[in-house]
Amino acid sequence: MPLLEIFRLTHRFAGLCAVSDFNFSIEPHELVGVIGPNGAGKTTVFNLITGVYKASEGSIKLNDRELVGLTPHQITRSGIARTFQNIRIFKELSVLDNVRIAHYGQIAYTPAEALLHIGRFRAEEKRITNLSLDLLAIFKLDDSANEKAKNLPYGLQRRLEIARALATRPALLLLDEPAAGMNPNEIIQLMEFIRWIRQTFSVTIILIEHQMRLVMGICERLVVLDFGATIAAGLPSEIQKNPKVMEAYLGVEVAS
Amino acid sequence: MTEQRKTFNHSMVYVFQQALNALQLGSIYALIALGYTMVYGILTMINFAHGDLFMIGAFFCFLIAFYLKLSFVPTLLLSMLGVACLGVIIERLAYKPLRKAPRVSAIITALGVGLFLENFTLALSPYPKHIPPLLENTTWTVGSLSLSSLQIIVIVLSLVLMLILDFIVQRTKAGMAMRAISWDKTIVPLMGVPVNKIISLTFAIGTGLGGAAGMMYALAYPVIDPYMGIMVGWKAFISAVVGGIGNIRGAMIGGFILGAVEIMVAAFFPSTYRDFVAFTLLLILLIVRPYGILGKPQPQKV
Repeated sequence: MPLLEIFRLTHRFAGLCAVSDFNFSIEPHELVGVIGPNGAGKTTVFNLITGVYKASEGSIKLNDRELVGLTPHQITRSGIARTFQNIRIFKELSVLDNVRIAHYGQIAYTPAEALLHIGRFRAEEKRITNLSLDLLAIFKLDDSANEKAKNLPYGLQRRLEIARALATRPALLLLDEPAAGMNPNEIIQLMEFIRWIRQTFSVTIILIEHQMRLVMGICERLVVLDFGATIAAGLPSEIQKNPKVMEAYLGVEVAS
Repeated sequence: MTEQRKTFNHSMVYVFQQALNALQLGSIYALIALGYTMVYGILTMINFAHGDLFMIGAFFCFLIAFYLKLSFVPTLLLSMLGVACLGVIIERLAYKPLRKAPRVSAIITALGVGLFLENFTLALSPYPKHIPPLLENTTWTVGSLSLSSLQIIVIVLSLVLMLILDFIVQRTKAGMAMRAISWDKTIVPLMGVPVNKIISLTFAIGTGLGGAAGMMYALAYPVIDPYMGIMVGWKAFISAVVGGIGNIRGAMIGGFILGAVEIMVAAFFPSTYRDFVAFTLLLILLIVRPYGILGKPQPQKV
């Protein structure tokens, strides 16, 4: 059974069709890339999956549960996390708090317990802090746990954003251009890093990317979007040779 | 020598007395200012109905004390709860539908809600109303210094409420969510946080504190009328801006500063100068430090 199944997803912004008739499915533990020129609708698909936008038509099912109509926090709690093209961490909060807040759905205490300092309050706060510190340690960010997130160098901010996404315990991780602003050397490291994340956290990953080197290197399957519609899908090696894709995407890139 | 000593003692007592008055007034301003600042922090909107919610707090206090004849603590808790519920309802009905509208719409709506609260209260019965004394007001005299139990209760209670608030905001998961929302509202739901609940909670706490302030104000000056929230509300708003709007500790500091300024002005000048000085202070501060004492300059997003 597929983990995520998208059926005839369509989304319009005031008449403009950003995504049209998009079909997609991903099996558990797969790593699939979504590519396409700028404005092809890739990020819109992510926004639809995570409930930031509500789909005009179609359905999105996670483990056979319909997500269209749920609020973003319900979707997050059902097991989907994402990162953003332009890093969106809480810059003014500490690195630790950035990860702690992503545990929100897992913290079990009532406001009364918090105010009266009784019951699960202390134990729960401690548990979440420890979980967060463990996660930061795995990502080698524990040294800067108490720094404001905005003081981290760019590369570490990206890492923090991924750590924060994983803190929500997702089954499905959506990475939106994780290689943006990286040099070829860093991209090679990032490929290793993404593979390692998939192993360590046993997550399924959908990756939006412009960097062909990255996509061809790690994705098991690719979907190519252009003007909101799927123009090709298949193995990276097939996509590379697909004339439609060459024209819409690779062709443009070679020419420029 | 002894004569000099006496004058010195006398003026010390005077200063101390005025400091207490300043603390009392300041803690009421601070409690109300917290409501402005919390709502601003989470929605970047100024809830201009907040001063009127303060009035409703005093009005609830009157209703409960007069009709139910409850004692101080239950009256306080019920008044706070009543105002908190009202605050949440107002947010849901009047502000939530406008969350994506231009900010001016929300501000005008808030002014409208304020007018509604004033006139609704006005329509209920004739004013002014006198609040039955809920507390035995004892006055202790230490030397030539007089301390009233009411004064102490107002100051201590306000400080306790502020400490509780600070704890909630800094140390609990809901507080963490509030702080996160104030920095980036759009991605907080993707952390699994129910943002609407947190916004309701913020309104409940902010207006509940305003309600507590209303009750304490009504105990200190036991005459209420529907327009009592307007001037006090403005002063508290000034306090929030002085402290740096959106900043919780700033609102507390701003409240105490404004209380101190007003008492000092009244001590040295004709008391009619009080409001003039308070508003002048706001103007000067806005020119010198537009983001307030604890606020930080926010780069405009282009």
